[in-house]
Formats: sequence, C-alpha cells, structure tokens
Amino acid sequence: MSAPAQNASTRHAPAQIPARAPGPIGRFLDSDLWYNFRRSPTAMIAGAVALVCVIGSLFASWLAPHDPFNLASLSLSNSFIPPVPLKGSQWTFPLGTDDQGRDMLSAIMYGGRISLIVGFSSVLFATVVGIGIGLISGYGGGTLDAVLMRIADVQLTFPAILIALVVDGIVSAALHQLHEVTEIYVIIFAIGISNWPQFARTVRGSTLVERNKEYVMAARVIGISGPRIMLTHILPNVLGPVLVIATINLAVAIVTEATLSFLGVGLPPTDPSLGTLINNGNSYLFSGQWWITVFPGAALVIMVLSINLLGDWLRDALNPRLN
Amino acid sequence: MALLEVPLLEVPLLEVEDLSVEFPTRRGVLKALDRVSFTIETGEVLGVVGESGAGKSLTGAAIIGLLERPGRIAGGRILLSGRRIDNLPQDELRRIRGRRIGAIFQDPLTTLNPLYTVGRQLAETMQVHLGLPDAEARRRAVSWLEQVGIPAPAERVGAYPHEFSGGMRQRVVIALALCAEPELVIADEPTTALDVSIQAQIITLLRRLAREHGTAVMLITHDMGVIAETADRVAVMYAGRIVELGPVQRVIRHPAHPYTEGLMASIPTLEGRPGGRPGGRLCRLRQIEGAMPRLSAIPPGCPFSPRCPKVFARCTEVRPELMAAGETEAACWLYAPALAEAAHG
Amino acid sequence: MADSPAPLFEAEHVTRVFDVSGPWLQRITSGEKRRSLRAVDDVSFSMSKGTTLSLVGESGCGKSTMARMAVGLYAPSRGKIRFEGEPLSAARADARLRRRMNMIFQDPYASLNPRWRVSRIIAEPIRAFGLLRSAREIAARVGELLLQVGLQPSDGEKFPHEFSGGQRQRISIARALSSEPEFLVCDEPTSALDVSVQAQILNLMRDLQRRLDLTYLFISHNLAVVRHMSDRLGVMYLGRVVEIGPADEVFSAPLHPYTRMLLDAIPDLSMSGRSRTPVAGEVPSPIAPPPGCTFHPRCPLANERCRHERPEYTLSGAMLVACHAVAEGRRAA
Repeated sequence: MSAPAQNASTRHAPAQIPARAPGPIGRFLDSDLWYNFRRSPTAMIAGAVALVCVIGSLFASWLAPHDPFNLASLSLSNSFIPPVPLKGSQWTFPLGTDDQGRDMLSAIMYGGRISLIVGFSSVLFATVVGIGIGLISGYGGGTLDAVLMRIADVQLTFPAILIALVVDGIVSAALHQLHEVTEIYVIIFAIGISNWPQFARTVRGSTLVERNKEYVMAARVIGISGPRIMLTHILPNVLGPVLVIATINLAVAIVTEATLSFLGVGLPPTDPSLGTLINNGNSYLFSGQWWITVFPGAALVIMVLSINLLGDWLRDALNPRLN
Repeated sequence: MALLEVPLLEVPLLEVEDLSVEFPTRRGVLKALDRVSFTIETGEVLGVVGESGAGKSLTGAAIIGLLERPGRIAGGRILLSGRRIDNLPQDELRRIRGRRIGAIFQDPLTTLNPLYTVGRQLAETMQVHLGLPDAEARRRAVSWLEQVGIPAPAERVGAYPHEFSGGMRQRVVIALALCAEPELVIADEPTTALDVSIQAQIITLLRRLAREHGTAVMLITHDMGVIAETADRVAVMYAGRIVELGPVQRVIRHPAHPYTEGLMASIPTLEGRPGGRPGGRLCRLRQIEGAMPRLSAIPPGCPFSPRCPKVFARCTEVRPELMAAGETEAACWLYAPALAEAAHG
Repeated sequence: MADSPAPLFEAEHVTRVFDVSGPWLQRITSGEKRRSLRAVDDVSFSMSKGTTLSLVGESGCGKSTMARMAVGLYAPSRGKIRFEGEPLSAARADARLRRRMNMIFQDPYASLNPRWRVSRIIAEPIRAFGLLRSAREIAARVGELLLQVGLQPSDGEKFPHEFSGGQRQRISIARALSSEPEFLVCDEPTSALDVSVQAQILNLMRDLQRRLDLTYLFISHNLAVVRHMSDRLGVMYLGRVVEIGPADEVFSAPLHPYTRMLLDAIPDLSMSGRSRTPVAGEVPSPIAPPPGCTFHPRCPLANERCRHERPEYTLSGAMLVACHAVAEGRRAA
C-alpha cells in the first residue's frame, strides 16, 4: 500500500529541464522551430522579405503614396514617367507611372494586396477541403477512401492551372450577370479547388499513421466517437505537414492567380492584381516603357520566392529525420 | 613511424582510454560518454550492458567511427592493437571497418543491401577485404552460409535479403560481419528484434563462431540474460560512464556497485525468490527508485547518487573512478577503504 | 475450468480472421486468390474478478489481436466474448459497462497524444463518461490519480515529451484508471521499458490490483514477467492457446512441448550452467500455417498424427493442453 507513496520520490532526477514559460507564445519562443529559424539565414531573410511584402500589401491604403484607384487624382499628364534614376523621373513616382499616370509603386502595393488575399483565401479553402477529405478518407478507410483518393488522383493528373481555368470558365459563365462582383470569389474557388488533392493526400497519409497509434486506440477504447477523435486527436498531429504544403501552396496560388489574370480570365482591370498589372504593362514592353511590366513582375517573383523559401525551410525544420 | 607500431604481445586488441563523446545542442553541450575506459583482449567476449541512454551503443559507434552527427569524440584515445584509430582519416577508417572490425546491428535490414543477393554481398566483402579471387570468394560465401546454419546454403546463396525470415537474416548479417575474418566484432543489440526462441539460437551461434575463429566480440545489449550466456567479462554502463567492470560470473552473482546490484535484483526470473505468496505469484520485485538522469542534468559526483540507497556525502561531490571492489572493479566510493569506513561509522 | 461462479470476462471459441489479400484491382488483374490470416483461432478462456490471466507467445501468435478484441477494438469473426455476462458488443454500447474496461498499451511514446497536456490526457475518460462535471473536481481527481501512480499533481501541466518512458507508462496507467475500471487489458505494458523501470511498473500494477481489486488480461512475450504477474497463464502459438492453466503449474510442470521450449529459451541468469538446447526452427507464416498441429515442424515429439490431425484440448489436472503427445502420454525419446 505504501508503494505509490514511496514512488512519489520516483519522479525526475533533480532539475531536469529549467521551468518553462507555460503560455503558447513562451512555448513558441522556446521551441526548436524558433531556434531553428534564428539559425537559418535563408529563413530569416526570406521571412523578413515576406513580412515586408505582406505588410506593404495589406496596409497599402495607409502606406501607399498614392491611391491608384482614385480617378480624380490621376492625371494623364503624369503618364509614362520613368522610374527614379532615369531621365525625366520624379521622386513622387519612385517606380514610375503607367499609361494612365498611376504610380507604379502604389499600384504594386494594391495589386499585391489582391494577390495575397486571393492566395491566402484559396489556400485556406483548399486546406479546409483537403483536411476534411483527407481525415475522412484516412480514418474511415474502405470504399469511401478508395473513391475519394481516385478522384484526387484523377485531378492530380491535370495541371492545377488547367483545372483552375476550366472551373473559372464554367463558374464565370454560370454567373455571367454578376461577373464583376463575384469574380474574386470565383477565382478563389477555382484556385482552391485545383489544389485540394495535395492537402487531402498528405493529410490522409498522416492520418493513416496516426490512426494506428496507441493514443488513438486509447480514445477508441473509452468510446470516443470517430469525428471527435479525428478533430481532437488526429487533426492537431497532422497539421505540421499541412503547414508546409500550405506555405508552398500560397506561392503557387499567387502565381496561378497572376497567370490567370495575365491571361485575362482572372481579375478585371478595375481591380488589378499583380498579374493584371503585368498583363497591362506587357503591351508597352517593347515601346520602351519596360517598368510598367517589369516592376510588378519583380514584386511577384520576390514575394513568391520568399514565401517558397520559407516553405522549404519549414519542411526541413519540421522533418524529424533531419534534426 | 611504421616500425614503432609493430604490435607487442602484451598490447590488448582494443584499448579505449578516457573516451568522451559530446553532442552540442541548443541547450549546451551534452556529454554522452564521459571518460570511458576498457580493454578487449584477443578472442574475448566483452558484454556492455546498460539501460537505454546509458551510452553503450555510442561507445560501439565511436569505436567503428560511425558516430552520428553532431556527435563527436571530445577526448580520449581508441587503440586497435596498440595503434590509434580514433583520429584516422575516413578512408583509412573505412578500410579498418569490415577488415579488422566487423559490425552487427539490431536491424539486419540496415546492414543488408536489398538489391544484391546475399551471396554477392558476402563474396564482395571477401574480395574487397581479403583480395580473394572470384571463384574462391563465391565458394566461401556458401561455406559461410552453412556455418551460420542456413539450410540448403548452395541454393540460398542466390537469394535476396527479403526472402529470408528475421532470424535467418540476422544469421546472414553475422556471416557478413565475420567473413572478412576481423579481429573484433561489435554486435549492437544483435538479438533485440528477434523472438525469444530465435534469440537463443543467434546467441549460441555468435558465441560458437567467435570461439572458432578467435574473434573478439564487444556485445552491446540491455539484456543481462544475453550477457550471462555469452560474455567473458561485462562492463555495466550508467549515464555515459562505466560503473562496474569485471568477470561476468562475478558481476552477476556478487555485483559490487549498488546500481548493478539493483539492476540484477529488478530482473524478474523464472526461478523466483523466497517469499512467493501462496496465491502463486512471487514477491514484489526489487526496484531502483527514480530514473536515469537525462544527459542535460547529470548530477555532480557519482551519477547514480540520487537513486543510491547507500549514498553518503562524498558521492554527491566527487566522481568515483573505477576501483578494485572484490573481484570486480566498481566506480563507487564504498570501495575506497578510508571513505567506506567513514560512511559506515 | 472450475472458476468461481460468475466470471467477469469470458471468451468462447473466439476466432479472428484478417483479409490480407492484395488490392481488388491487383487481384482481378493477376488472378490472385483472396488470402486470409487467422490471427486468433478458436480461443476460449474466462477470468474471475481480481485475478490476472496472462497470454504469452512469440510475435505473430495472436496475443495482441486477442487483447484488442477483449476491449472491442476488433470484433471477433466467430465466437463470443462476454463481459459481466453481457455480449461484448452490448457491453460496449452501454457506457456504464464500457467504463468498467480499459487498456494499457505497449509503447509509452505512442500511447499519449503528444499535443495534449498530461492533465487533459488523464481527464479524457472522466469527461467522456461524465464522471465528474466541474473543472475543479476534475483537476482534483487528476491530481489524485497522478499521486496514485507515483507522479506529482503539478506534472499534469506538462506535455508527454517532458517525461521518461517509465513516467509516461505511469501516465498511461493513470489514464486507464481514471474511468474507475475493473477490467484492464495490458498489452505488453513493460516491454518497451528498461528493466529497472519495468520493475517499478510491475510493482505498481500489482499494488493497484490489490488495492482496487482489478482484473488484468496481461499480454507479454516475456515469461519471467508473466511469472511475476499471473494467476493463470495461457500459452499461444500461431493463433491458438496451446496450453492454459494455473500459472504455477504451467511453470513448474509445463506439458506442451512449445511451453517447455519457451521456458528453455530464457537466458539463465543464475549461471547454473544448465545446458540449454536452443529451440529449433522459426515460427511459420500465419498466412499458411502447417497442417495438423501447427507446432509439428518444430516439435521434438511430432509424429504422423501430429502432421495431419489438429489436436483438441485434453484436460490434464488443472491444465488444458492441445497436444497429441500429451494426450497419448508420448515422451521425448
């Protein structure tokens, strides 16, 4: 009878690990991930660049020097002003202006905002759909799993951009009347739907592993329901790889949106994203006004590259075998 | 230089002197091995026993130069026949590995190449290390399979690793480790992945072959039973140090270090101990309270002191080195004559 | 089997078959037949309250499958399992009965959700069965359970990775106890632990059994551990229980040749120099078990009958044995 009391002394050897800050932020700052981040110059630079892009875009209405959508402030006399070091440039328009006299820098910031919003939303959409299907498929197994995964396989054989194009075409046609208003949602839906299989496959794979772990069995023994096990036990344990794919997919989604917009099936010129801007400037590329297309293009590359590098770093950092 | 390295007769086959291994981590450097010293004589079987994390596998890995990064040898020397091997360049070490030191690991699949037949792997090993001609190597491959007890060796020589069962694979690995006629084999948990009935077969085989070929074996395991059956001497490891070293019979029957004593007493046995209750079950097992300290928090002095029933002041202050304790050696202040008196008095 | 009148747990002719055939498409294209694996084959036993029945055997003998069937993680393909006289499926559907059974797992690293704090892990059964409602009561109960298994109430705030293997197994036990069960299935609870820690856990389990009148179905491959824990012992080989009886008798006078072989295979720590004959051969694939008695290829006593006819159980004293040689009184030459 006395044994458990004795065992109280059985606990850890003295002073194992210094006491930890219990809060989630404290835990993050103490985590291997943060430590790893601080030690990776690539990740730090990519993170800083991505942060500048995100802040510059999201707060464009406060930070941008001009409002490119305020028609009243536009003046055609300001059109085709070259970027700063060149002859005839003005400091008011550091990256020059386009054919309508819009400040390129402001247009890029506003365009980046649209690109980011579309990117984030479509990835969020793909993540939610993919996680849901992946969890059900992996946990349920059987015929449902086979059917869902074959659908994912079939979709994966087509390039995502093609799927997005087709979906966008179909939905736009169906919603013809409302096109201007709904286009951004259509684009989000189209890009999201073209990317869910990756999430579903990854989540399913991780779910298959987690499902057979003993902590899940322990929950099953006491009769916890399937959906509850999926949400409270399995989901938190499969989020690591999802985060990696989501980051890399964000870059892909932004490029997809830019491609669609460049092809003219994406966002309307009244609501220009980076892709629209590139498309816009394309016609002036050979008439000497290269900055109208090159600067939005460079912004897109920098943003996508930094996000992608972050994703790569995250994948390595979360891979237990490399640590 | 070369002349000076002619091995003298009295030089032991393997000499490990004050070997320390460190792992730099974000929370500081962890000392995984702390001044470990022992020798292995030609043809001797040395058992290295300890709980997980005690450093036994690391010791083996350090000797064959297969420490996983970021682990590094932080001090000490390793000598094979009197010649240092811990500071050799990688390619020279690779030549020693396989030719003079063989290795057997817990999972046979990590040693065997799934793409080649076992015969080819055996033959190639012998060609590389012994310079045998093709035909001779192949003939010997069959003979090795026979020696390790694989039925129908002449046919099985053309089989791939996946065509063998777990126990048979481990036999092939033993053949592979021994076929280059090394002087020392490091066997790291060679039976842990196997069923009890197969374990006994593999141990018997390993012991027999080592005797026949005069190969010394460093047998790393957590299983005292395996050591008892196989080893001549045993080194007991705890928290990266050797706490007891001696002839296996002595250590098992009359353990000197309180840790070894507790360890032996906590092993459940079939024979049972006096005091079994009439309900049929035996009495409580003796248990060592607590757990081995993590590497990040090894206490000063003797690492076992927080769990030791015989602890006294000195133990928590100064680290004990191995010292004579009856017929074994123990790293324990109880065996420092002057101090022990103080402790009891 | 002359057990006390009302057994807590009974298994009657329980069989579990797994379908191990390839995927449907592959079967169709290559003309493969369906293949099945009989993991548990016609197993019967019963347990009365407060006792321990152990099942031992090598890997692939079906002991873990049996353990999982006992708590309803798998359904038997044939046969009946009863808990408190109720069919297991009915007992599992009734939260009051389901509460009374729980399980302890082998791997202390996989059996605790790494993203949950210990207190939440232990409280999960309490919440699931609605045993306590208020957060304060639950916290108090969790603290009590932690003390009971030799940890501190403050440990509840930590995450599993902050504990050693033995401490995690204590947490596992605390979780299993939190629903106040009577019947615990223990699937190799100490085989992932070091010996000195194993002794702590085994002692703890025995103390708890005595104090809380627990009934254990104890699964292990280690005969010495089983020796320490069991009242009754069943030895499994390729899905069948080949010998079952009071643990003392199985150890002192084993009848089945396989049991004797297993006992012989345990390394001898006393260094008495007893000569050991290593067991010959390996366990055959359970997908294509040998005909007749499945042990005959490794059995020193096998004869023609063993190769063809499957042995039924014979009662020998208090032991049930499935062996022709024992039934006929054949002995080793």
